[in-house]
Amino acid sequence: MKGMTIIVKKITQLVAPIIFLFGFYIVIHGHLSPGGGFAGGVIMAGAIILQILANGNILNNLLQEEHGMELLESVAIFLFMLIAVLGLLVSGTAIFFQNFVNKGVWGNLLSAGFIPIENIVVGAEVFAAISTIFIAMVVYNDEVKK
Amino acid sequence: MIVYILCFILFLIGLYGVIAKRNLIKMIIGLAIMEYSINLFLIVIGYVEGGTAPIITKNFKHSGFVDPLPQAMILTAIVIGLATTAVLLAVAIRLYKKYGTFDIDEIKSLKG
Amino acid sequence: MNSLIPLFVIIPLGSAFLMVILERFLKNICKVITPFALLSLLILTLHFILRVEDTQIYKVGGFEPVNGIPIAIYMVIDGLSKFVLLIISLVGFFSILYSLSYTNQYTSENKFYVLFSLLIAGMNGVVISGDIFNIYVFLEIAAIASYALVAFGVEKQQLEATFKYQILGGIASMIILMTIGLIYWNTGTLNIADIYTQISNQNSLFLKFVSLLFVAGFGLKAAIFPFHSWLPDAHSSAPSPISAMLSGVLIKAIGIYVVFRLFFNMFPLSHEIAMTITVLGTISMIVGVLLAIGQWDLKRLLAYHSISQMGYVIIGVGIGMLVIVTGGDKKIAALSIAGGLFHMINHSVFKGLLFLNAGAIEYRTGTRNLQRLGGLAKFMPITSSTSFIASMSISGIPPFNGFFSKVLIIVAAVRAGYNWIAFFAVFVSVITLASFTKVQKYAFHNNDGNKWLKKNIKEVPFSMSFSMIIMALLCLGLSFFIVPEVRDIFLNPAVQILVDTMEYSTKIVGM
Repeated sequence: MKGMTIIVKKITQLVAPIIFLFGFYIVIHGHLSPGGGFAGGVIMAGAIILQILANGNILNNLLQEEHGMELLESVAIFLFMLIAVLGLLVSGTAIFFQNFVNKGVWGNLLSAGFIPIENIVVGAEVFAAISTIFIAMVVYNDEVKK
Repeated sequence: MIVYILCFILFLIGLYGVIAKRNLIKMIIGLAIMEYSINLFLIVIGYVEGGTAPIITKNFKHSGFVDPLPQAMILTAIVIGLATTAVLLAVAIRLYKKYGTFDIDEIKSLKG
Repeated sequence: MNSLIPLFVIIPLGSAFLMVILERFLKNICKVITPFALLSLLILTLHFILRVEDTQIYKVGGFEPVNGIPIAIYMVIDGLSKFVLLIISLVGFFSILYSLSYTNQYTSENKFYVLFSLLIAGMNGVVISGDIFNIYVFLEIAAIASYALVAFGVEKQQLEATFKYQILGGIASMIILMTIGLIYWNTGTLNIADIYTQISNQNSLFLKFVSLLFVAGFGLKAAIFPFHSWLPDAHSSAPSPISAMLSGVLIKAIGIYVVFRLFFNMFPLSHEIAMTITVLGTISMIVGVLLAIGQWDLKRLLAYHSISQMGYVIIGVGIGMLVIVTGGDKKIAALSIAGGLFHMINHSVFKGLLFLNAGAIEYRTGTRNLQRLGGLAKFMPITSSTSFIASMSISGIPPFNGFFSKVLIIVAAVRAGYNWIAFFAVFVSVITLASFTKVQKYAFHNNDGNKWLKKNIKEVPFSMSFSMIIMALLCLGLSFFIVPEVRDIFLNPAVQILVDTMEYSTKIVGM
C-alpha cells in the first residue's frame, strides 16, 4: 500500500503517538470515568490505522504485523477468559466472573478489584482485533492488485 | 413520543436500504443504519428527566441518574454490530473478486 | 448454585481461544482439543440429565437479588434446556468426528475447528441463558460463527449464500434487539422469569405487537414459512458437517427453542399467538415438502425437507399451546408437546445423518447432482445403508424413530380436534416418502455404476463412516424414547416445563 504526501506523514508522526496515549489513558481509567476497554481500544487502533494509511507499507511487513496482531488478540481474549474462570477457582465460592481482587479505595487508579485488569485485557483485544480487520483488508486489496 | 417515532422511521429507512438497494455495500450501510436506530432507541428509553450520567465523581450530588442498563446493552450491541459488519464486508469484497460487480442482480448462481 | 453450569459456555469458548494460540506451534492440536471438548460437554449434559433433577439456577458474578428483583445475569438449567443441550452435544460430537477427515480438503483447517467451537459456545449459551439480552448476545455469537462457516470454502456459491444468510440474519437480529428494547421499556427488567411476573396479568395490544415481532425475528432464525428463503441456499452451500449442524441443531437451538421458551414461559399464553404459530408451522410443513419434490441437488433437497420437518415440531408444540389456552385436557397437551420435542431430537439425528451422507457422496464423487449419481450402493455400502436408515426414519417408517414422533403428533392432533392438521401431517409424510424413494433410487441404485469403477470410488475414511454408523444406530435407538421409563428421564422433564407455564418463573424469582 502506498503512502500519502510528506505533509500528511509529518502530521501523523506528531499526532499518532498522542492518539495512542489517549486511548491507553481511557483504557486504564475505565473504572473511574466514561470509556473503558472497548472505547480505548478503538482509539488505540485508530492510531495504527492512521499510521498505515499515511505512511503506507510493503506487503511483507503488513503480513508480519497482521500475524503479531492476531497473536495479541488471541492471547488477550484467552487471558480475559482465564481471569473470569479464576473467580470459579479461588476463594471457594465457585462464582464465574467473581471480583476476587481487593477492591481498594474508591477513586484511586488501583481500585475496583479486577475490573482495571479486565479493562486492559479488553483494550488489548479490541485494539488487536480492529487492527487485524483493517490490515487484513489492506493485505487482501494488495494481493488482488498483484 | 416523537423521539420514539423518529427512531422507528430511521429503522424503516435502514430496512428500505437493505431491501430496495441493489448494491452490496449500500445494503450493508442499510443494515448499519438499522443498528444505529436501535441503539438510539435504547438510549432514549433509558433517559430519565433531569438525570445525569451514572458516574460517581468527587463533588457528587445525587440528583437522579439515567438508566445505565440500556447503555451497557448498546455497548454490547455495538461490539456485535462491529463483528457482523466486518464479516459482511469481508464477504462483499470476496464476492467482488469472484463476480467483478457489486450488483446483486448479477450475483445469482443459486437458484431453485 | 450448581457451579458446573457455566462450564457449558466455558469449555467450548476456552477451547476455541486456546486453539487459536496453540495452532501456531502444534499443527494438529485442533483435531485433538475439539473432540475432547465436545465429548466432555456430552458427558456433562448426561450428568445433568441423569443425576441433577429440578431447576438449577446460577447467578453470574454472584450478585444476589435485591428486594426480590434479580440483578445478576441468570443461567438456568431445567428440563427443556437439558433436552436441547443433549441435541447440541450429540450432533456436535458426531459432526466433529466426521470433520476430522472431511476438512482435509481445506487449506486452513484449524480455523474450522475454532469457528465450530464458537458455534457450540453460542448455542449452549442461548440454551442456558435466563435473560433475554444474554440470549441475543449468544445468538449473535452462534450466528456470526455460522456465517463464517457457511462461507468456509470461499467458492462463488458459498459466498453468495452466506451474504443472503447474513442480510436476513442481520434483519432478524435487529428485530429481536428492538423487541428486547420494547420489553425493557415496558417492564424495566430483562430476566425472563421476572418479565413473566410483570406482564402475566396484562393483555394489551402492546404485548401482541411485541409477540408478533418476536415471531418474526426468531421465525427468520428458525426458517418458518414466510421467512424460509435463506435456508436452502445457506444449508446446501455449507461444508457437510456444518450443514448437519445448521439444519440439525442451529435452527432449533437459536430459533425454535427460544420461541418455545419465550411464548410458554415469558409471555402469557394467548390464543392468537398459538394459532399463528400452528398455522405457520402447518404451512411451512406443506410448502417445504412441495418445494423439495422438484430438487435434483441432494443437499438442497435435504434443506427443503428441513423446513418441512421443522413444521412438524412447531405444530406438535403449537397444538399443545392451543389446547392449554382453550382449557383442554392437559394430558393431550403434554402428549402433543412430547411429540413435537421428540420429533426435534429425531430430526436433528436423521437430518444430520442425511447431510453427512450427502457430504460422503460429495467427498468421493465430487458431485451432489442426483441426475449424475447412481449405482453407488456397491461402492459405498456404509453410506448407502446408513442413508437408507435415515430415509426410512425421516419418512416415518416403523421401527425407526421418525415414525413414533409423527404418530404422537398425529394422535394428539386428532384427539385435540384438529383433524385438518392431522390430515396434512399424514399427507406430507407420504410425499416425504416419495421424495426419499427418489433419493435412494437416483443416488444408490438406478444403474450399475460402471462409471464409478473407472474413477476408483471407495468407501469414505474411518472417522466419517464411524460417525455415520453411530448416528444410524441412534436413529433406531431413539425409538426407545417411546417407552415410558425412558421417556420419564429424557422427555418428560422438558414437556413438564412447557405444560406448567407458571412454574419456570415461580422457581426462579419466587412469588
